[in-house]
Amino acid sequence: MPLPRLIPCLDVAGGRVVKGVNFRGLRDVGDPVELGAAYSDAGADELVFLDVKATLETRGTLLHLVRDVAERLAIPFTVGGGVRSAADAEELLAAGADKVAVNSAALERPALVTELSAALGAQAVVVAIDAEGGRVRSRAGTADAARDAVDWAREAEERGAGEILLTSIDADGTRAGYDLELTAAVAGAVDVPVIASGGAGNARHVADALQVAQAALLASILHEDPARLCTLRDEVRELGVVVR
Amino acid sequence: MKVAICGYGAGNVRSVELAFRRLGARITGDVRGADLAVLPGVGAARAAMAGLRVRGHDADLRTRFAEGAPILGICLGLQLALSCTEEDGGVDGLGLVPGRAVRLREGRVPRIGWAEVDDRGAFYFAHSYAAETPCATAWSEGVVAEVRHGSFTGCQFHPEKSGALGAGYLESLCLSLA
Repeated sequence: MPLPRLIPCLDVAGGRVVKGVNFRGLRDVGDPVELGAAYSDAGADELVFLDVKATLETRGTLLHLVRDVAERLAIPFTVGGGVRSAADAEELLAAGADKVAVNSAALERPALVTELSAALGAQAVVVAIDAEGGRVRSRAGTADAARDAVDWAREAEERGAGEILLTSIDADGTRAGYDLELTAAVAGAVDVPVIASGGAGNARHVADALQVAQAALLASILHEDPARLCTLRDEVRELGVVVR
Repeated sequence: MKVAICGYGAGNVRSVELAFRRLGARITGDVRGADLAVLPGVGAARAAMAGLRVRGHDADLRTRFAEGAPILGICLGLQLALSCTEEDGGVDGLGLVPGRAVRLREGRVPRIGWAEVDDRGAFYFAHSYAAETPCATAWSEGVVAEVRHGSFTGCQFHPEKSGALGAGYLESLCLSLA
């Protein structure tokens, strides 16, 4: 198996990186191009860029921003937010993304996952699932999708998803640890890699998440100090997890 | 040095372009005349082969190979150079390199992440299929990581996404052609 991955996440709104708690109270934490480059230089295994407002404002993703971020990266780059068709996804790849993440649009029309997988290959299709109490939420957490997270992950895999990005809304931004129970349930239900997201507060949390998932998404824990990624990696390694 | 990237309508061709530009290469649309032709690596096999045919790149690459002109295939680009792939119910490849691409059967698939390539360090992989070929020159966890045959070099990993190590890999390749 490839090494467990540490993946900084840029939640972007209005051209800036933002961060909230439990998906609310977004505040500005920096410039996506600069932060992306800083993470790449600090040894990030990948970078995820989520245009968190794209679905709410029903507009296309910020292609020019994706282009500028990609310019400075030599690591894999996943972009999500507002992808509704294979054509939307291809635009993002043309701008420099390696993978696209889909969330609300796939819940509304699950065939989208099938179409993306056929057009781009499964390895380029990430299905992002936002879960609260084990249930799926859509539209950046504002709507109940009336689905069980494990069931939706399984269906997404069957439809050709190459990875599941599982965010616990309950844990998001709390820095109190990942939702290990939910992450383990999803990782046990699918054979594709699972990226745990939401709740990282210290190296122990990350190391624990990497016992059940193949990658850990990092946001709040890093944003005020991108160099924290280097020390975090060392601490995770000291806890016995072999990382790059 | 002039590098041609053989696009096929899908996939992140830009990251490959950026990686070669950082090394000082000039990107050209002339697949036949370039010093190096790159068959990049994101997409699904059937759509990619169809995209190559529409653009005439399949014929360009076969001609280059017959002339001994260097070609680099990355990930799916390596797999498309083989005789065939199991992907999408079975697709004929370019047939530059003997062998076929078969679905990975161990671990989580797609196999995504950084993995050691022999003793060269960790490179980034993202694939569901891998080569079975007598022309393998490097391995990663039992998976063919690099193939060399005639003027063709293929890597299953993504050097353009493998940080400084990947840039070094591409630089060595360019230097070997100079």
